[in-house]
Amino acid sequence: MSLARLLFRELLRGPRTIEGPLPDPLGIEQLGRALGERARAGLGRSLRIREVDAGSCNGCELEIQAVNGPVYDLERFGIHFVASPRHADVLLVTGPVSRNMAEALRRTYDAMPSPKWVVAMGDCAADGGCFAGGYAVLGGVHHLLPVDLTIPGCPPTPLNLLSGLLALLEVAAVGSDGQASGA
Amino acid sequence: MLGNVTLMEYLGGGRAVAGHRPWPRYSLDERGWREMVHQLSVSDWTLLGLWADGTEVHAALRDEENAAIAVASVGCPDRRYPSLSGVRPAAIRLERAIHDLYGLTAEGLEDQRPWLDHGRWGQSAPLAIVRGAPPSGPVVYPFLPVEGESLHQIPVGPVHAGVIEPGHFRFTCAGETVVRLEERLGYTHKGVEGHMAGKSLIDAARLAGRISGDSTVAYAIAFARAAEAATGTEAPPRAHWMRALMAELERVANHILDFGAICNDAAFSFMLAQCTVLRERILSVNELCFGHRLLMDTVIPGGVAVDVTREGSSILRGLVKELRKRVRRLADVYDDMPSLQDRTVGTGIVQSSLAHRFGAGGFVGRAASQGGDARKVPGYPPYDDLDFEVPVHPEGDVNARIWQRLEEVTASLALIEQILERMPGGPLHKPIPTRGGEGMALVEGFRGEILLWLRLSEVGRVVRCHPRDPSWFQWPLLEAAIEGNIVADFPLCNKSFNCSYSGVDL
Ligand code: SF4
Repeated sequence: MSLARLLFRELLRGPRTIEGPLPDPLGIEQLGRALGERARAGLGRSLRIREVDAGSCNGCELEIQAVNGPVYDLERFGIHFVASPRHADVLLVTGPVSRNMAEALRRTYDAMPSPKWVVAMGDCAADGGCFAGGYAVLGGVHHLLPVDLTIPGCPPTPLNLLSGLLALLEVAAVGSDGQASGA
Repeated sequence: MLGNVTLMEYLGGGRAVAGHRPWPRYSLDERGWREMVHQLSVSDWTLLGLWADGTEVHAALRDEENAAIAVASVGCPDRRYPSLSGVRPAAIRLERAIHDLYGLTAEGLEDQRPWLDHGRWGQSAPLAIVRGAPPSGPVVYPFLPVEGESLHQIPVGPVHAGVIEPGHFRFTCAGETVVRLEERLGYTHKGVEGHMAGKSLIDAARLAGRISGDSTVAYAIAFARAAEAATGTEAPPRAHWMRALMAELERVANHILDFGAICNDAAFSFMLAQCTVLRERILSVNELCFGHRLLMDTVIPGGVAVDVTREGSSILRGLVKELRKRVRRLADVYDDMPSLQDRTVGTGIVQSSLAHRFGAGGFVGRAASQGGDARKVPGYPPYDDLDFEVPVHPEGDVNARIWQRLEEVTASLALIEQILERMPGGPLHKPIPTRGGEGMALVEGFRGEILLWLRLSEVGRVVRCHPRDPSWFQWPLLEAAIEGNIVADFPLCNKSFNCSYSGVDL
């Protein structure tokens, strides 16, 4: 089948995107606590994410790719992955933080402008998961950076990930009172 | 003794180690090992793996003439052993890794730079019986020197622009053309082999399924088969068929996503969008039928932890039909687009002879005339009972790897149908007896042949587990394939290989 015909069919059949989930209420609570003490800058319902694999098994990355695809379509919520940490509001970290990646992770964080949030995605990023302990890992992102939100799962499903990020967006938007940021 | 001696004739002269299954293991003295290295230079024996424990180094070899497989071991009382790197370049990085983890030195290995050890562990040789001291100062990795007029270097990574695994690429270029690529990996090293030691079979199987998340089924099968071999257990027939069913679903999902991603790296994002939708279909069916989108923890030593119901079976049949139709359409679109093929044809060529020298398998090897597939040779159930062809392409370029993958998808879809049609009934699992032993498995993941070697203690705990990812023998080929190509084609080449970082960094 030619590309033109395939495109035409796709146009007729309508979007493949599913309905979005509600923001994770638990996530909102955790974030509310995390951000309560800080002034928050208005992000205008737009979040830019820089992802760093800090020693994951790549399972978490697969689900991030799924969230980015047409079915979950993260971008319709104004959330969007960027290449440079200098353009990012959120650092999304996977993996138990291998010691060999710690410096690169820290440098990526340092390169981000404030206000900024850190999301630990997956059981590994939360506490090392099945790689906790031993000489080679720090055992969770919180050993290196202040973590604002943890999304558990091995790997978290796209819906878990989506509702976690939406929770982050809610909290960031609620806090958009024009106050100076202090993250 | 040179000439037409077979691997078994050769190693059979050594001392056979009892309790190693299903292939024999022979213990050689240093002289025997040296002679074996010499024999390798005149024999078509493929290096399948090279690993250490605290006191010995082991090499798994396959005689390509008669498909015989054996493991040779040599003791290292002086913490050194003769290197295989001179006759099998695939050994270079494995020997560097052995040095970093065990402090055993390969004598004659030219490249003695560290590989996994970036000087950040607070110790050295962490798995050696006596650990080493940490480096005294910051470690600077010496990249290979490059000389020539008007050359410039582009360092990339470990953090890349996209959502992918971390690694460092050092390009040396003359204008737009890459004259050399040097890879530096090890960033995701999380001490998997150290974590394995002391674990129960169930915990170790869970970990094995997280060595490379995209190949979780293949790794879990490899671990289970090695554990079954070590304990002399045979999983029930239905378990074999269930494993193959999920392994083929995994293969299809990965090939489809990569096909889209390769096209995306040639600026044709439509294909990635389409392939992501197809992949999502597979993942949601996985969740529906087996309870996990990536199928983690579904394969366990002794069998499987999930079953397929009649209803699940008809959902899977529907999925296969849909995928077949839609993948064919996308393949037609690709075939119909000269502008896309302009980027893929003749790009990133892997020479067949090089693929053979490195013993590279999987679609990287098969797209360069190397026909190996562990499902055929050595073969394992239920594949010996299934009817399927393994496609091969001679060209070795990005285009060949694309067609290779698309044809493998077609073959796997047909396999899934056969499996659903003919799956035997019966139990799904058999308990593993508590006993010691050594086992090895070779399992075909979507990237190629995974080797997993396991030693169990008398109380059934893991003493040593070494998983060897197919990417060990494919990463070095990427360095060669990019030479003479333009920098802008690197993402395309890289994606067409899609080597694992986590699987080799361990
Ligand atoms: S949480 Fe699970 S899927 Fe994610 S990186 Fe860790 S082991 Fe892999």
